[in-house]
Amino acid sequence: MKQGGPSRILIAKPGLDGHDRGAKVIARYLRDAGFEVIYMGLRQTPEKIAATADQEDVDVVGLSILSGAHLPLTEKVKKELCSRGLEVKLMVGGTIPRSEVEELKAAGADAVFSTGTDLDEILEYVKNLLS
Amino acid sequence: MTDNPTRDRWRKNLNVEITVRRTSSGLPVLPLATPEDLAGAYEDNLGNPGEFPYTRGPYPTMYLSRPWTMRQYAGFGTPEETNIRYKYLMEHGGTGLSVAFDLPSQIGLDSDDPMAEDEVGRVGVAIDSLEDMETVFKDIDLSKVSTSFTINATAAIMLAMYIAVGEKQAVPPQKLRGTIQNDMLKEFVARGTWIFPPRPSLRLIADSIIYCSEHLPRFNPISIAGAHFRDAGATAMQEIAFTLADAVEYVQSVLERGIKIDEFAPRLSFFFYTYTDIFEEAAKYRAARRMWARLVKERWDAQDEKSMAFRFGVVCGGASLCAPEPMNNIVRVAYQVLASALGGAQSVFSCAYDEAYALPTAETTRLALRTQQVCAEEAGLTNTVDPLGGSWFLESLTDAMEEQAGKTMDKIAELGGMVPCIEKGIVQKWIAEEAYQTELKLHRGEKVWVGVNKYRTEDGSDRLIVHHHDRNKASDKISKLKKLRKERSTERVRKSLDALKQACEGDENLMPYVLEAVKAYATVGEINSVMKEVFGEFKEPVFI
Repeated sequence: MKQGGPSRILIAKPGLDGHDRGAKVIARYLRDAGFEVIYMGLRQTPEKIAATADQEDVDVVGLSILSGAHLPLTEKVKKELCSRGLEVKLMVGGTIPRSEVEELKAAGADAVFSTGTDLDEILEYVKNLLS
Repeated sequence: MTDNPTRDRWRKNLNVEITVRRTSSGLPVLPLATPEDLAGAYEDNLGNPGEFPYTRGPYPTMYLSRPWTMRQYAGFGTPEETNIRYKYLMEHGGTGLSVAFDLPSQIGLDSDDPMAEDEVGRVGVAIDSLEDMETVFKDIDLSKVSTSFTINATAAIMLAMYIAVGEKQAVPPQKLRGTIQNDMLKEFVARGTWIFPPRPSLRLIADSIIYCSEHLPRFNPISIAGAHFRDAGATAMQEIAFTLADAVEYVQSVLERGIKIDEFAPRLSFFFYTYTDIFEEAAKYRAARRMWARLVKERWDAQDEKSMAFRFGVVCGGASLCAPEPMNNIVRVAYQVLASALGGAQSVFSCAYDEAYALPTAETTRLALRTQQVCAEEAGLTNTVDPLGGSWFLESLTDAMEEQAGKTMDKIAELGGMVPCIEKGIVQKWIAEEAYQTELKLHRGEKVWVGVNKYRTEDGSDRLIVHHHDRNKASDKISKLKKLRKERSTERVRKSLDALKQACEGDENLMPYVLEAVKAYATVGEINSVMKEVFGEFKEPVFI
């Protein structure tokens, strides 16, 4: 993690899902809490997400997936991050069945936030990571 | 809020201070409505059902003739699986079909496109070619069923496929009943299944509206949707305003082609989300009907009453449903169906309680259908027309709703209409702001979400058995597509795509060309690629 300056967070929507309400709300809440937040927009590929994480020197990557494709997409993003040697934390939010949370963590997610998560739960998680 | 002597008298005799409350979307609510709150004459403001300005309903008899259409949005995996689900829903009393497509089909990618990997058959059925559409409707008589398609950027292609399936079943286009959503403007703002930029998208939509007005008189060529704005965060007032402002763009683009308003306006239909604030929702639908009727009559000088009668479907659920204590969603959806019926909806799709986790299962979607059946057949909602009509409270709320939505429409008009507002990301920002404020209210507990930010317990949702996506089915789908590409006439496909490309470069109606390509078994991806070469691609304005 780099020294000095606010921590940087990348929020991305991998795959084809177009539901960006949650991604934008979280991005803004984290920004208002003092982080530098980069939001990439819709239809991002795992390669592009990892490349942006690299270029922007971020500490945390947050993925928002509501299409049900969270397992394969998370796995791919994790792989791309690893292949670039990036040790960033990966958090995943969206429409995620409880029964798949553990599997999602095994696929590379450090934290999973499904719908109904309070904003501060996410903020606290990020703060603890970076403190 | 204007006050009146009757309310003053009531207030004076109270020994408690009453604070003004607000609807879920923030409209102030009269703590006690009185006869003085009923504004305007009956004939001007309400009228009988089936009469201008249609506040009480688009048809004279409404549910006395038949209840709303119970149309469960369904589709997943392969065309074969979807066909089985449709037959299941119809066996259980569903009265209309509603096709959910997977994301690749929605944004014009074939199942074997690298971008489509992981998404094939996820959120809906995967349709690559006419062959798939034939399978979806196998043993379903298209002359007897009405089918709604939640499809936008590739709507012209899917409509062409439906026409072609009809032909194979010997059902002529004139007999086909159904709806394509075909509303691209809202896709640029919410939901995000865009392909081409707004202006060529508008052309393609006008083409399909005109084609349907000539060949498919019983088909709704567009369902102008507020639902997705709402689910992205918009208020109920914005939902009406953005929808009608989009409708203005669509109507203008057809009028510019020299078609008269009464030739196509009767087949324009609308689509909204119903959330849990019962009175707000009922008022929203009554206000929208009145606003549309006046707009069509005054602005475009429509003569045919059918052009002014606002018909709409709804979805109950969406972002109002939550993951914690999911069974609570059953109760929410029941109230939402009630509100939709009080608002006079023509068709209702009720979400299943497990949709904050995954697609619904056969069992949960049946429960959602049963919820509607209880409302329609036990709760007495279909025994009279517009039961809330004349309620001092509801009429005043309807007026307030109309006023607020009207102000937002005026603002959009000042900014040059919806197209520039979307291109500049203005509407997107308004909605994101509302979504953010709503989230903060939930976070602070200023807005209650039972079982989420109040009365929350460990909920047992881990016991839910949710829909399982079978990843192996995607590879079956891809093999089938490869086989099709080998077996069809390459020559016919090439010719039809060349002709389509040429037509895209000119200004002819594209529908006949799309239809020919579809009949040649050209794939969704191939047809889309040809169009994209001419039309280009939308560039999303990205912001936080």
